[in-house]
Amino acid sequence: MYKSRSRYRVVLVIVLSLLLGAVFSPTRVEAKKLNVVTSTTDMAALTQEVGGDKVNVESIAKGYQDPHFVEAKPSFLLKLRQADLLVTVGLQLEIGWLPPLVNQSGNPRIQVGAQGYLDASQFAEILDIPTGPVTRAMGDVHPLGNPHYWLDPDNGRRIAKGISAKLSEVDPGDSAYFQERFQDFDKRLTAAEQKWDAEMKPFHGRKLVTYHNSFPNFAKHFHLNVIGYVEPRPGIPPTPSHTIELIGLMKRENCKLVLVEPYFDLKTPNSIGAATGAKVVVYLPSVGGEKDVTDYFKLFDYDIALLTKAFQETQ
Amino acid sequence: MKYIWFAALAVLVALPLFAQQTSASQGGAPDTAALEQRIKDLEERLIALEGQVRMLKSGQAGATGQPGAAQPAPAATEAVQAPPSPAAPAPTPLPTPVAEGVAPVGGQLPNYGGASASAKALNPDISVIGDFIGAAGTNSALPLATMQPFPSMQMHESEVGLQAIIDPYARGDFFISFGEEGVNLEEGYITFTALPAGLVAKAGKMRSAFGKVNTMHNHVLPWIDRPFVTTNLVGGEDGIDDAGFSIQRILPAPKGIFLEATGQVFRGDAGDVFKASQRSDVSTVAHLRAYKDITESTNLDFGLSYARGHNDAGAVISLSSDFLTQLYGIDATVRWKPLRRSIYHSFVGRSELIWSQRQQPLREQRAFGFYTSGDYQLGRRWFVGGRYDWSERSHFANLTDKGASAVLTYWPSEFSQLRGQYRFTKYAEGINANELLMQLIFSLGAHGAHPF
Repeated sequence: MYKSRSRYRVVLVIVLSLLLGAVFSPTRVEAKKLNVVTSTTDMAALTQEVGGDKVNVESIAKGYQDPHFVEAKPSFLLKLRQADLLVTVGLQLEIGWLPPLVNQSGNPRIQVGAQGYLDASQFAEILDIPTGPVTRAMGDVHPLGNPHYWLDPDNGRRIAKGISAKLSEVDPGDSAYFQERFQDFDKRLTAAEQKWDAEMKPFHGRKLVTYHNSFPNFAKHFHLNVIGYVEPRPGIPPTPSHTIELIGLMKRENCKLVLVEPYFDLKTPNSIGAATGAKVVVYLPSVGGEKDVTDYFKLFDYDIALLTKAFQETQ
Repeated sequence: MKYIWFAALAVLVALPLFAQQTSASQGGAPDTAALEQRIKDLEERLIALEGQVRMLKSGQAGATGQPGAAQPAPAATEAVQAPPSPAAPAPTPLPTPVAEGVAPVGGQLPNYGGASASAKALNPDISVIGDFIGAAGTNSALPLATMQPFPSMQMHESEVGLQAIIDPYARGDFFISFGEEGVNLEEGYITFTALPAGLVAKAGKMRSAFGKVNTMHNHVLPWIDRPFVTTNLVGGEDGIDDAGFSIQRILPAPKGIFLEATGQVFRGDAGDVFKASQRSDVSTVAHLRAYKDITESTNLDFGLSYARGHNDAGAVISLSSDFLTQLYGIDATVRWKPLRRSIYHSFVGRSELIWSQRQQPLREQRAFGFYTSGDYQLGRRWFVGGRYDWSERSHFANLTDKGASAVLTYWPSEFSQLRGQYRFTKYAEGINANELLMQLIFSLGAHGAHPF
């Protein structure tokens, strides 16, 4: 009898302490600013553009990090549990780490399907959607299409518009503000786009190779021709036979540029560069990849400056 | 959903027609600009429609939807399930299973295997993980020893995972493990994700939150076997894995520390650790976890665990058991992973210290054990690691097993893994064993979460 009572006491203490903790912990302060958490820095930059000073935006991944392989650190839960809105890239880019974080966040507002969960891929033009059956023999292929879609300014505009609509839905009182911010962003982006298009115009049709297939939307927008990848298949590290094949292809096609994402090793790209005379350039797929690349405009400014310089040098 | 397809198709067809017509009738420069604008507008509408179609296909529309992230795409689902589902384009009812299994009510045949991809989009994520283990060398452990040798070759486990979001308030996870001799529900639970006050609750059968290794499935362990202390004191491979419920909550803490408390109540049956002989013999597990990022690449993870339940010591004397087992645990993990080269280099160091206090006839047994391990990632595909083991036995605390292991792991891709482990064991009975273990792990189907 004594024992069973003491056992119930243990259970009771555990349950009660959890409930008490729940009741007495500070509840979310009804702040004027919306807390937005995004999976990547690009989504954060676009949210900042349209959200202005009505939102606090934080990204989980850093701009120089491989967005496929972010660690599901518990410290991210501290951010997620306060979030009013979660903006994701979608298309299974974050499949290895975001779902467990969302599950454990204890935040009903950002659960999948809830009002505060936004998959930004629905607004963008998506390339490389597989048409036939998909198997892992193709590597870590994304069956819904290529998730690196934000590197096309037109997609940036579409995503920003979608985020602005979502912000208005979550915070209807500031809807006019978000709308106005979007229009301003749209104007600035259109102007910048004209400049970028003019800078890239002389290099239309130029051939290049990228490490991972993270460049299709950029290449399509600026009329570049990606002829191959350092990876034999998405997510599979380079193999000697594929590298030899790629070197042959680059020589035949007279391709003089290899673009590498900042989170990949440069050893294989450098040896390809040495064998083909191609220039190896570390480009930035995301905002925040370098310290001074702090917003969506600077990301294109940075990459276009890199590319135009590299193309001129390998004329 | 079909309407959207039609609409998208109509826009596609209309686009060139419309363009042709207009350009034939007019030709001025301002009109070309207007035309370009209209084409652009149509393009925008098309992209928006495509996006909606994708969302519908992945089942994200509506509150019960799945994430692009947690749900395999229709194409992937199709690939996974190709054998059992007919690829017929028309929604033909399948007479055979219906005739055999279900009596149709009211003349209406249930429509199995509907051809639309959206029906499959709501299927759970399905995955299978195979775990093949081979062993060489000699191990003549006595039958009394807790740690018994591996056979020369075995299909150790085939774990089927079925995971989906149940409704806007909960998700479900099932891990069914097929061994060589039988099937075991390793875990099967519902998680309530939309509770108030930041609470997360689970109910079902689950691995309890006692320490670190007890929560891990075989295929995410950094070794082929489990540490000796787990085998000797915490129930071995299955560990404390029982039916019950769990409540966890993040607690407020200063200085960016993540603090989380978990309380669990189980039926009280867990291997040779706990044994319930009546309904009131429930076991309890409590866990407190503190985590802190030291830098963006280094973090510390610290845990305190407690478990309490009835053991089987009394069962030989009477039907019920008044003998208790209490377990206390401390776990610590340090992780390093530089973000710019996160796929190439990392280090994880971990240790668990466990004390067992087991009441049994004649004398209470107080046993202690620990392991310490380190794993370093050499390159994108290679990992090396080592582990030191020291553990007394829960039933006979005066017997101590010791051991050391060296591990080498190779990853052909994210979905397969080849591992070799050299293990030296010094059993308490004075028997030494030198073994080489080999393991092949391969995963099919939905992309699971990376372990952390």
